[in-house]
Amino acid sequence: MAAYVTQNRVEMFSRPNDKFPNWESQEVSTGTTIMAVEFDDGVVIGADSRTTTGAYIANRVTDKLTPIHDRIFCCRSGSAADTQAVADAVSYQLGFHSIELDEPPLVQTAANLFKQMCYRYREELMAGIIVAGWDKRRGGQVYTVPMGGMLVRQPVSVGGSGSSYIYGFIDSNYRSGMSKEECLRFTAEALALAMERDGSSGGVARLAAITEAGLERTVILGNQLPTFFSA
Amino acid sequence: MNEATQYKLKLERLGYHQFRTMERHPTNYLCKGVSTGTTILAVKFNGGVIIGSDSRASVGGSYVSSKVINKLIQIHDKIFCCIAGSLADAQAVTKMAKFQLSFHSIQMDSPPLVKAAASVLKELCYSNREDLEAGFITAGWDKKRGPQVYTVSMGGMLLSQPFTIGGSGSTYIYGYVDAKYKPDMSREECLQFATNALALAIGRDNVSGGVAHLVVITEGGVEHVVVPGEKLPKFHDE
Repeated sequence: MAAYVTQNRVEMFSRPNDKFPNWESQEVSTGTTIMAVEFDDGVVIGADSRTTTGAYIANRVTDKLTPIHDRIFCCRSGSAADTQAVADAVSYQLGFHSIELDEPPLVQTAANLFKQMCYRYREELMAGIIVAGWDKRRGGQVYTVPMGGMLVRQPVSVGGSGSSYIYGFIDSNYRSGMSKEECLRFTAEALALAMERDGSSGGVARLAAITEAGLERTVILGNQLPTFFSA
Repeated sequence: MNEATQYKLKLERLGYHQFRTMERHPTNYLCKGVSTGTTILAVKFNGGVIIGSDSRASVGGSYVSSKVINKLIQIHDKIFCCIAGSLADAQAVTKMAKFQLSFHSIQMDSPPLVKAAASVLKELCYSNREDLEAGFITAGWDKKRGPQVYTVSMGGMLLSQPFTIGGSGSTYIYGYVDAKYKPDMSREECLQFATNALALAIGRDNVSGGVAHLVVITEGGVEHVVVPGEKLPKFHDE
């Protein structure tokens, strides 16, 4: 998902309105970086942890990886309120569907539920979501539902404002057939690079690996993130 | 009046006042804010610098007005610059800078410093900041400090960096260049780094494309390398 192109082309060390920030009137947004990668036995998902209202960081330890079902997660970007509301609605619908079926739901079903909601209410919502998980039929899958309500399956998907900065890194470093550890390292490095460059992404990096066996969540604190050359 | 003039006037009425330029990212071509439709970079290596760009000029993000323009401008023997922003502004500024630099070099009776070239551009950009919309990457070699890379942003800030990227395509490769750059690379490593970065940006940005123009500047001289589209490196999904 590409970042909005800003009108302001001049670098500033600080702005006049930094003295009196007007963050009460700004919407809470997860200007963010989210990412999901498929591997043979499952998926690895990751996100930063910053929620902003304008220039104020409302929550610096946000959890943007939301469980929708036992083995299905979604990564949220865009308006925090919109994505929380949609995720709640979809997890209710999916739970009900799973009880009717009497078996775990498919990731594709969850993705389609997100798509239907995001497409129907596209004018009102500002939500970019990546749905990722494991099911018995197709193994690990990543589906992306960007703003507007498109649905497409991809082996690797990034989203949020920080994602623009790492397209080149993802294109050059992703290979199919990576192991879980390689995927975790790839995701951590990509998130670290995006958090370095995007002002709306930062904090800690949250990762989760979803496989048939279950779920493993890790947190990488700010000072433990991979470092790179700084010009 | 003919069709072309009518179309131009219509665009001007809509506020789209820059025509025949390299910018206007498609998402905001009707707005005043300009995002530069290009990818440019300059990288220092052991013994020289490489300055590079794509070769696409587009109008409104939907028509490619030129597939093979050279955005690398030689403002002195061993100093090149590449432009981000309005093509008209850039041409005017570089013409001025070229003249001022050659005059300065005659007065000093020696080739100008890269920092002097960057300063000249900065003065022009800063003094005329209200009217201009052009930023520059200047790179070159001089005897005093060897290879150098400077960036002059649109408002007129001057900064020296080991490497720098610019243009609309540059947003997609920040992660890649941050991860892959190493100081003191060899010439071949640096060429590969710059070509890869351009190829990745061209792959994701629709207003960057064409061939990759690269200029290698060392104490020995200046070498122009052109990598045509089909010879650019391909990545996993292509």
